[in-house]
Amino acid sequence: MDYSQFLCMTEELSLLSVIVILFLADLFVCGKEERGLACAADGTCAVSGCGCHFRTVFPVLLMLVHTVINLVPWCSACAAPAEAFGGMYQHTAMMTIMKSVLNVGVIVVFLMAAKWLNAPENRIKMGEFHTITLFTVLGMYFMISSGHFIMFFIGLELASIPMTALIAYDKKRMESAEAGAKFILLALFSSGLLLYGISLIYGACGTLYFDAIGRTIQPNLLSILGLVLFISGMGFKISLVPFHLWTADTYEGAPTVVTGFLSVISKGSAAFVLFTVLVKVFGSEAFMGAWSEGFFWIIIASITIANLFAIRQKNLKRFMAFSAISQAGYLVLGIMGGTSQGMTALVFYLLVYMAANLGAFAVLHVVEQNSGKIGMDDYDGLYQTNPKLAFLMTLCLFSLAGIPPFAGFFSKFFVFMAAFKAGFHLLVFIALVNTVISLYYYLMIVKAMYIKPNDNPIATFKSDCGTRAALAICTAGVILLGLVSCVYNYIDSFAYGL
Amino acid sequence: MVTNLSNVLYLSSFVFIPLLMLLGLWLARNIKQVRGVMVAGSSALLLLAVYLVFDFLGARSADPTSEMLFTGGFDWFIPLHIRYDVGVDGISVAMILLSAIIVFTGTFASWKLQPLTKEYFLWFTLLSMGVFGFFITIDMFAMFMFYEIALIPMYLLIGVWGSGKKEYAAMKLTLMLMGGSAFLMCGIFGIFYGAGGETMNIVSIANGDPIAFSQQCIWFPLTFIGFGVLGALFPFHTWSPDGHASAPTAVSMLHAGVLMKLGGYGCFRIAMYLMPEAAAELGWIFLILTGISVVYGAFSACVQTDLKYINAYSSVSHCGLVLFAILMLTQTSCTGAILQMLSHGLMTALFFALIGMIYGRTHTRDIRELNGLMKIMPFLSVGYIIAGLANLGLPGFSGFIAEMSIFVGSFQNADTFHRVLTIAACTSIVITAVYILRVVGKILYGTCTNEHHLQLTDATWDERLAVVCLIVAVAGLGLAPLWVSDMISTGVNPIVDHIHTAAANVVSQSNPFL
Repeated sequence: MDYSQFLCMTEELSLLSVIVILFLADLFVCGKEERGLACAADGTCAVSGCGCHFRTVFPVLLMLVHTVINLVPWCSACAAPAEAFGGMYQHTAMMTIMKSVLNVGVIVVFLMAAKWLNAPENRIKMGEFHTITLFTVLGMYFMISSGHFIMFFIGLELASIPMTALIAYDKKRMESAEAGAKFILLALFSSGLLLYGISLIYGACGTLYFDAIGRTIQPNLLSILGLVLFISGMGFKISLVPFHLWTADTYEGAPTVVTGFLSVISKGSAAFVLFTVLVKVFGSEAFMGAWSEGFFWIIIASITIANLFAIRQKNLKRFMAFSAISQAGYLVLGIMGGTSQGMTALVFYLLVYMAANLGAFAVLHVVEQNSGKIGMDDYDGLYQTNPKLAFLMTLCLFSLAGIPPFAGFFSKFFVFMAAFKAGFHLLVFIALVNTVISLYYYLMIVKAMYIKPNDNPIATFKSDCGTRAALAICTAGVILLGLVSCVYNYIDSFAYGL
Repeated sequence: MVTNLSNVLYLSSFVFIPLLMLLGLWLARNIKQVRGVMVAGSSALLLLAVYLVFDFLGARSADPTSEMLFTGGFDWFIPLHIRYDVGVDGISVAMILLSAIIVFTGTFASWKLQPLTKEYFLWFTLLSMGVFGFFITIDMFAMFMFYEIALIPMYLLIGVWGSGKKEYAAMKLTLMLMGGSAFLMCGIFGIFYGAGGETMNIVSIANGDPIAFSQQCIWFPLTFIGFGVLGALFPFHTWSPDGHASAPTAVSMLHAGVLMKLGGYGCFRIAMYLMPEAAAELGWIFLILTGISVVYGAFSACVQTDLKYINAYSSVSHCGLVLFAILMLTQTSCTGAILQMLSHGLMTALFFALIGMIYGRTHTRDIRELNGLMKIMPFLSVGYIIAGLANLGLPGFSGFIAEMSIFVGSFQNADTFHRVLTIAACTSIVITAVYILRVVGKILYGTCTNEHHLQLTDATWDERLAVVCLIVAVAGLGLAPLWVSDMISTGVNPIVDHIHTAAANVVSQSNPFL
């Protein structure tokens, strides 16, 4: 066996080494820290009060190193497409971009979580948070790079089963445990569907390699059924209507940081994989018609239903859940037609959505940590007491709603443009009309923060530096990603499609 | 690829100055610094706009053939053929000057605004940045971006600093305008891909291969309605009265004065110019709708009792006239349309400024509760009469020359359909006189019966400055209209000629009145 093929798996290997280092560090550093920082328990110690703590900063630094190492093209061979283990594992430059997008999201989530993890009840399981999160990311990596359905399935399971542990992280809180149970049951059900779909495809083609299936698959009842089951399974991961029913409860119950992770990173990787698999495996003319038709209705349903439900939400985490469903609909617009422009639009949309959504979640999280409030009415008059947070929240919401000059406008414009180019004019029109509805409910939060009077607003507080750093990254993303065109142009230079 | 960087920087300074103002406001520590930044920035914009007018006139006489002057640009999103292209013609220069005047006077009209002054001016400046950006760019993507930048600050400006049913009005206005821009975005995609998907530059699209006629007939209505919502096209005008009535003074000024002009400008520059055949085929539908706007708006103004509602409906009527004149498609009527934009922008801003100042004193805008103000606040009252006379088209003010060109130009169309509509629209002149004189007679003359009102004082220096600036502009435009209308017609004529050439063979099949 030629061991050099491990070299094209540098991303997975370096992430794995990050995980191992963190695991060991947790083992050895943990005890010393707990002994040395006795003052931290009552919250008076300056270091832990700020959240800047070796055990929270170290994972961020490691991830930063990992991201930089993989993003910088060290050699010309790194960017070239490669495959390992007879095509089980595939690698292209676009996948590196996608993985780096996920890395950035993870870094932001780690920063956001710093103070929360440092709280006395969470400190003992802090190491687990980082390792489990990174294991799900490792699963996503394998899913993205898979060239074989079994590999893909293993990646998917690695991405979703540890996720349950994250959702049920606040195990003493009933909602968190309940959310974890809901998630695992529905995740397994959808995995079952997906697996069944894969088995049907195997039955139709006699192989599970993406390339081989793409060459041999014929549009008959068996393979179409396989496609439908595959899309259903993926629809669950991306939380598209009608596979969205777990979303609101899980998002509400999970710790806010995990909700942010779930709504952006797990969803985004699944959408990207859906794109690559559809293009690679079901890219032929006949299949294209079938899944385009399917996604036409799925997108309309996702956007419209989620928008209508979001209007009525009073709990902001549930609200963000429906907002995330509708955003997933826009994200999937990039899939339509399977063009390289669509792929660029999808990845760019995801990047921008990540900045805006994690920014919004950072605000929700820090407000929840400091005041325990998460209802929309609690945000009335936030601008009077915490003007900076309210302002950043406004920027993020405007970006989510697609208002220029924030990046959300650009990403929305580009996915619409890609779908329009692929010929889905009516779909684009309906999605555009829906942006007006979504603007309505995003503005409701803005209205609460700026306009509505409140006798008892959330008290002024000082946010910790972890959250501040996370917010700074997100705000920079929201403002710059769109106006500075080089990000889009860079992503586009690696995109491929039908 | 960068072309003519110096021109890009020159015209983009209309965007950079507001950006610097935003930065300055962000750093400002107290209200004095906020005012200082605003005065410095808006004066710089005004001076630059005046300089641009003279610079443009010089450049135009040196180069009478190019459609756009001071063009330049650079690649923005290369894979999508999106560029940041700038360039101006006579129309946009006139609009830039108008915007600069309104921003300058609007700053003084909101001199004493409380509370959250800094935030107010932040959004106000962002709005003006969008407006200027829209007029200097000639790339559809950049135009659309600036267009939306100009729309969204309205929500907070009305919602936070407005009066009356402000939350309802702000939400209604924002959603209707954003609904319009959803239509518009679809239309822009249609134009872009219909024209081959190679460029978003308006001039290149117009001079390239024409868009297929069947495509045009889909995208023209979408684009026209998209911009028409902002231009108060009936039946999409309903945001306008509520929005104007609830907005704070300077926002009403900027909104009626400049923002509504974005609609007319966009209809002309994008919808009509790029899809001339569809404009000839389907224009009649919109002509009837705008005709309704003109007459219906004027009649609605007659029965209102709130001063701001009266002027909001009057704006519907006058902005309807702009779209009406554009659709009439003669050189005279289109020049008149642009003049009407200028004139309406100035005099409506004047009106809203004065109403805001009167309301700030009396705390009511109901004309049944106001009377005899002439003796109490003579300066504001005289200003109000001047604005009113300009509004009803008295010779010597800007309204006269604009409406004259519009109706004369419209009547040049030889067929019955256009002529009948022109005559119908002409009635609005009379109705305008009815509602203007009714208000003037009711609130300014007579004796004041309200004890509280007798204690009130006349305008302060900042208010006088704003009012005098606007009156000078209105009267200047009315007394010496030719230099402006000449400048405008250098921009209008090539566009109208282009539309006539491209649509020469189109005889509207769908129009039952022909």
